[in-house]
Amino acid sequence: MRFNTIFYCIGQGLKNIRRHLLFTLASVATITACVFLFSVVYCVLVNLRYTMETVEETVGITVFFDKGLSEEEIQNIGDQIGEREEVREMNYISGDEAWQIFSEDYLRGAEELAEGFAEDNPLADMASYEIFLNNVEDQAEFVSWLQQVPGVRRVNASSIAAGGMIDLNNAVGYVSIGLIGILLCVSVFLIHNAISMAISARRDEIRIMRLVGATKSFIRTPFLVEGLFIGLLGAAIPLGLIFFLYGRVIGYMASNMSVLFGFLSFLPIQEIMKVLLPVAAALGVGIGLLGSATSVRRHLKV
Amino acid sequence: MIYFENVSKTFGKNVKAVRNLSLHIERGEFVFVMGDSGSGKSTLIRLLLKEIEPTEGRIIVDGEELTGMKRRRVPYYRRKLGVVFQDFKLLKDRNVYENVAFAQRVVVTPSRQIQKDVPRILTRVGLSAKYKAFPGELSGGEQQRVAIARALVNQPDILLCDEPTGNLDANNAWEVMQLLEEINAGGTTVVVVTHSREIVERMGKRVIVMNRGDMVDDRQINGSEE
Repeated sequence: MRFNTIFYCIGQGLKNIRRHLLFTLASVATITACVFLFSVVYCVLVNLRYTMETVEETVGITVFFDKGLSEEEIQNIGDQIGEREEVREMNYISGDEAWQIFSEDYLRGAEELAEGFAEDNPLADMASYEIFLNNVEDQAEFVSWLQQVPGVRRVNASSIAAGGMIDLNNAVGYVSIGLIGILLCVSVFLIHNAISMAISARRDEIRIMRLVGATKSFIRTPFLVEGLFIGLLGAAIPLGLIFFLYGRVIGYMASNMSVLFGFLSFLPIQEIMKVLLPVAAALGVGIGLLGSATSVRRHLKV
Repeated sequence: MIYFENVSKTFGKNVKAVRNLSLHIERGEFVFVMGDSGSGKSTLIRLLLKEIEPTEGRIIVDGEELTGMKRRRVPYYRRKLGVVFQDFKLLKDRNVYENVAFAQRVVVTPSRQIQKDVPRILTRVGLSAKYKAFPGELSGGEQQRVAIARALVNQPDILLCDEPTGNLDANNAWEVMQLLEEINAGGTTVVVVTHSREIVERMGKRVIVMNRGDMVDDRQINGSEE
């Protein structure tokens, strides 16, 4: 296509938008709603994920061993654990180290009492491994494996915290996919109608174009341009809203709902926009083009 | 230039719009296709424009066979044709100049060429002074002349006119026919569909008469121009 033709098609597409302003606004509003919801869900999910990663770095699994196991046997079990793919990091805490930590934490100011156990460490059989996983979702499976390893007496893991995070993450994900799916269909339908109106209003013009020898692509492009602009606008508005509202909402939640949101970690908006900007723009443009393409295909017999 | 070989067109199951039509129109000829409503004369134009396909037979225009022509070739074939309708089909939101230029824009003619061609063709149809007027400000005859200018601006080999005088009074109709004759004199093949016996007899050209899908007559008429 020549530059003149491209400009002509863009001009015609913009004229169509102006001619059917109400339908255009309805279409833009629906795409805006769809992309906005998508963006909010994305922000929630990505921050939950980020919080989980933070939790994963701090919450570990502790493994204790049967009484009377030698250091070498414990070392062998440690090697088995270390070979597992799920394990990101593991630290060995001997019985002596365990007593030292306990004394520092709980017997400060009662050093005489601690000294009484100097020759008889009550935690001598409490040697353990502190294990951190790559992914908290693997915790349940990993714990059940650990419990079956010969020599392992007890496994301590914060299954409620991990399970709760995973459940919340999944629930938000499923509900959002449903809502976004419905809004997506409504958006495509509305744009389909807007473009059908434009085609109907220009029936004579299109017939003349066909009869004087305009190519299919020349006739169809303005309508696709119209859908593209509607999609772009429908994506730009919610992205702008998210950009300006994100920091304010987090600030508000931190100051007014600190109990509920104290344990959450939030990514900066710049980090979120790195992915959200191209994905939301592609979503808006995709909806716009899909709506106009289906309409052009159905109503524009060229 | 135009060949119809045993062409039939049936709409639905039983409506036979054209039946076993064979005819040949030479390059540079001026031909009337005459007949009552439903005689199949407009179907002939639509077949030539490749808006519809024949049910049987072959149509060959300027060496190109229309039946089986690839869809992407159709726009380029149509550029060899100009078409004029009874109801003019002008774009009401554009002035005379823009209506004519439109036919060139949509076939991607360079702007400089459009600026040269449109005034030339408007002068030829006698509307150079009204290039800024909108269709609603023109008489029926003037509107039809704009439509003719639009049909001619891409310099087609063939001009197809479907009842071009149907909406015009006698004087305007006669002016339009004289303009078509001038265009024909310049070498363009002109096919005019009409039901006006008076115009056909005054013009004195070849006339093909259709009746219920059959060609019932094909003869040269001696004109009686005033």
